[in-house]
Amino acid sequence: MSEHGNGHAEPTSFLRKYVFSIDHKVIGKQYLFLSLFMALFGGLMAYYMRWQLAWPETAIPGAGWIPEPMAFGGIIPPEFYNALITLHGTIMVFFVGMPLLLGALGNYLVPLMIGADDMAFPRLNMMSFWTITTASLVLMASFFVEGGAASAGWTGYAPLSADPIHTGVGWGLNLWIMALALEFTSFLMGGINFLTTVVTMRVPGMTMFRLPLMVWMQITAAVLFMLSVGPLIAGAILLLLDRTVGTGFFIPERGGDPLLWQHLFWFFGHPEVYVVLLPGLGAIMEILPVFTRRPIFGYKTIVYSTIVAGALSFLVWAHHMFVSGIDPQIVMPFSITTILISVPFAVIIFAFMASLWGGSIRFTTPMLFAIGTIVTFIIGGVTGIFNGSAPVDIFIHDTYFVVAHFHFTLFPDVFLGGFAALYFWFPKMFGKMMNETLGKVHFWWTTITFNMVFIPMFLIGAGGHMRRIYNPLQYDFLKPMQDINIFITWSAVALLVGQLVFIFNFFWSMYRGKKAEDNPWEATTLEWAAAPTPPPHGNFETVPTVYHGPYEYSCPGQETDWQPQHVEKGSVAA
Amino acid sequence: MSEAIAMTEHQPTHEVKGRMGMWWFLASEIMTFGGFIAIYVLYRMASGGAWSSMAEHVSTLMGTINTVVLLTSSLTIVKAYEAIDKQDRKSAQRFLLITLILAFAFLGVKAIEYATEISNGYTPLTGIFWSFYFVMTGLHGLHVVGGIVAIGALYIMAIRGTLWNGTQKRVEYIGLYWHFVDIVWIFLFPLLYLSY
Amino acid sequence: MSDWFPKNISTFGGDIDSVFNLIFWIVGIGFLLGEVFIFYALFRFRRREGKKAEYVNGDLWPHVGWLIIPAAIILVLDLWIDFAGAKAYDRIKGDMPISDVVVKVDGKQFNWIITYPGPDGAFGTEDDLILENELHVPVNKVVKVLLGSKDVIHSFFVPVLRLKQDMLPGREIEAWFEATETGRYEIACAELCGYGHYTMRGFLSVHSEAEYANWLVERWPAPETEADGQQK
Ligand SMILES: [Cu+2]
Ligand SMILES: [Cu+2]
Repeated sequence: MSEHGNGHAEPTSFLRKYVFSIDHKVIGKQYLFLSLFMALFGGLMAYYMRWQLAWPETAIPGAGWIPEPMAFGGIIPPEFYNALITLHGTIMVFFVGMPLLLGALGNYLVPLMIGADDMAFPRLNMMSFWTITTASLVLMASFFVEGGAASAGWTGYAPLSADPIHTGVGWGLNLWIMALALEFTSFLMGGINFLTTVVTMRVPGMTMFRLPLMVWMQITAAVLFMLSVGPLIAGAILLLLDRTVGTGFFIPERGGDPLLWQHLFWFFGHPEVYVVLLPGLGAIMEILPVFTRRPIFGYKTIVYSTIVAGALSFLVWAHHMFVSGIDPQIVMPFSITTILISVPFAVIIFAFMASLWGGSIRFTTPMLFAIGTIVTFIIGGVTGIFNGSAPVDIFIHDTYFVVAHFHFTLFPDVFLGGFAALYFWFPKMFGKMMNETLGKVHFWWTTITFNMVFIPMFLIGAGGHMRRIYNPLQYDFLKPMQDINIFITWSAVALLVGQLVFIFNFFWSMYRGKKAEDNPWEATTLEWAAAPTPPPHGNFETVPTVYHGPYEYSCPGQETDWQPQHVEKGSVAA
Repeated sequence: MSEAIAMTEHQPTHEVKGRMGMWWFLASEIMTFGGFIAIYVLYRMASGGAWSSMAEHVSTLMGTINTVVLLTSSLTIVKAYEAIDKQDRKSAQRFLLITLILAFAFLGVKAIEYATEISNGYTPLTGIFWSFYFVMTGLHGLHVVGGIVAIGALYIMAIRGTLWNGTQKRVEYIGLYWHFVDIVWIFLFPLLYLSY
Repeated sequence: MSDWFPKNISTFGGDIDSVFNLIFWIVGIGFLLGEVFIFYALFRFRRREGKKAEYVNGDLWPHVGWLIIPAAIILVLDLWIDFAGAKAYDRIKGDMPISDVVVKVDGKQFNWIITYPGPDGAFGTEDDLILENELHVPVNKVVKVLLGSKDVIHSFFVPVLRLKQDMLPGREIEAWFEATETGRYEIACAELCGYGHYTMRGFLSVHSEAEYANWLVERWPAPETEADGQQK
């Protein structure tokens, strides 16, 4: 049936309603389940890696099922270890972070927040989801082809990745490249959809500066992704040709340049960090005002800072390459831009801090996770300064200091921020409240064990502990640090086990949770205040008109302390 | 469904969304081709003139013919769009058909060109210039194939008479895409065929 | 936190360590202030009956100042770190000091191929000495290492020297160091180079001047050396 406006009819068959749905809410949930499912794999891989690092070359409990030649009776060989580090990184960034924060939250929230009944291109939206699902299957299948899965690191540096003779990995790495290409395609389609939706489908009164910040973060992320990924797609095609056809774009003996891959990868890689980061911060920006009952501090300053940071992110990529052999003359300029990028992010963090001041703070589970995100993310931010300083990076590059640093940025963002978002929007998505007590247990357990895992990594990194090392006991200077490695591993086990609390709470609440009201948090944005819970097909019963900004809490002279976006001040809240 | 009708009042028309979607799509395409072109230029600069001897063997004649062919097809698709605007279905059909024929002609010339190069011993593995030559023209060729599929679909719709009921704007979007394919060629032509 | 660093035996290692310490203190103090502020605010502004939140949206002067002024302070501190870093970086990567010893180090899955030019001072001649995984240098002498690779990217990492440099196939990259203490130290590969990456361990032996002279004589007994040198 043809789509007029956006009022496509509600489908009735099961397949059309839940599987090949074109409803953004269903697609958002599909992304959510995909990302949680992939997170299980990513976490499992982390567990195998950690066990190997703590007790090298011993049988890993729970790895006995892995068939040869990946593992031998639960003992993993270095080839498989390298595949684990590669796939752990790839999965967590591209198949958990992006589908969770952009795919699930973006899809579910953006149309609701701007008052639209769906995305601009619902069918394209469905295609995006099935493309990344295909990509996930391709990626998982790569474990089972001859030669095993990709093992050149998630960064896939050439020429290690460019010629199968260096790793012995054949189609595994080709499939890895194809999975990434599919993933990129999926999110390019998604980005086109988000941008078009936000530009063309806002309800009357929803000006750009009345958009909830989450929407700003989503569209900035979409632009950053769109502008950065192109050259890497080109690079991926060239890499695939080097491997399969035998060209030499990245192979010096055949006239190519291995550093080119690094330039392409990181020209994309740094903006990509923000592509994942911004929507996570966006969730925090939505949650803070609701539970402090006051407007976010410096809405416009946050928007401008985000744009500045996004623009700067295209000028810092070589900070990943300070010791790669690039001209020392260009190192310092990149070091300076890198350290300067801390300024717009500091502004955003200051805005968060100022948003707490003068509030009336309610410590609900989503709020706890939001605070946890800020508190830990600051550690990730400030440790970036060490890496960004060129002389210091000479020593800490490719050590666990770097591993700790980026886990302190991405884990708070994807997981703590992601959990904050899930606890917060779960009632809207599934019509039930999640259990608060379990939520708080989950929060404290996760935050504490997370810090126990990654703070010690700064220490061993400062001790010179290289990353991507299969067996640290090979080196005398690492042996004294082995006890810390063991401590990290136990902490990681605790961190992973603690997630069972979340999984239980998630599914239990879905079926047995208390029924959620339309607007249980008394929030002002349209998805809460104007749409029923859960929103029907088409989202709104009547089209809302927007009268003011998104965070009008505790306005003077108002009866309630929240003023929905679609209710004029002075009138009684509907 | 009164709800759906209420929606459409403030919803933008399909055209606005379609055009915007196409522009964003082209933006990401520009970054990809831009990536290829930047890589090519950087390599070429780094090689210090060593490529010129290789670039000499490219057929400038066929490249020129194809440039003319593709530019003409860009013109004819504009003509098709104009004809649709004037409700002149006959000439819209005709111009779409000419565009299609020109696109096929481009591929035909390209095929002859490839066959000649390969029979002369210049394959993607002959050297890095040739690798670039085949990858970049190949990828562009794939975009031409994509264009043929899209324009072909428009042509079939035009013949069946289904291109006029609010869907004629598709000619504009496909036209945008086709101009983009043309512009990429305008960059590739001097870089690959005229640069020895 | 630099207590956690491995021992430093390089002339420029101290520069790196002191920039690290500078950043550590600047960032550490800023971090503490920030976290203390957050926890204080969380405590002070916890929900209390009958107390409404303040309505301040912070988009107007002078409220924007609450964001801009701290950001300006951050900017100044950033520049301080940048200048300190630039000085240290220039010392390490700027003009290379005149070297007393030149050695070639090539990475090869999964070994370090270490080549001495021999008395004639030229590589690729008959008197070259090729060792695997053993790098011998004199103490208090500037050593130039020419880094390359025979296959994939490796990274020459000597923790005690604070020296790390990737080695690229098809390129020769120069690095230098001056060791200040004798002893035997580990060399590690810091860039994933394949399944045997973790086994790519080498040794740096820093000899006293006399010891090093002895080592040289053992490798190239004097008469042959001269003959060799004249042949070329
Ligand atoms: Cu970066
Ligand atoms: Cu290595």
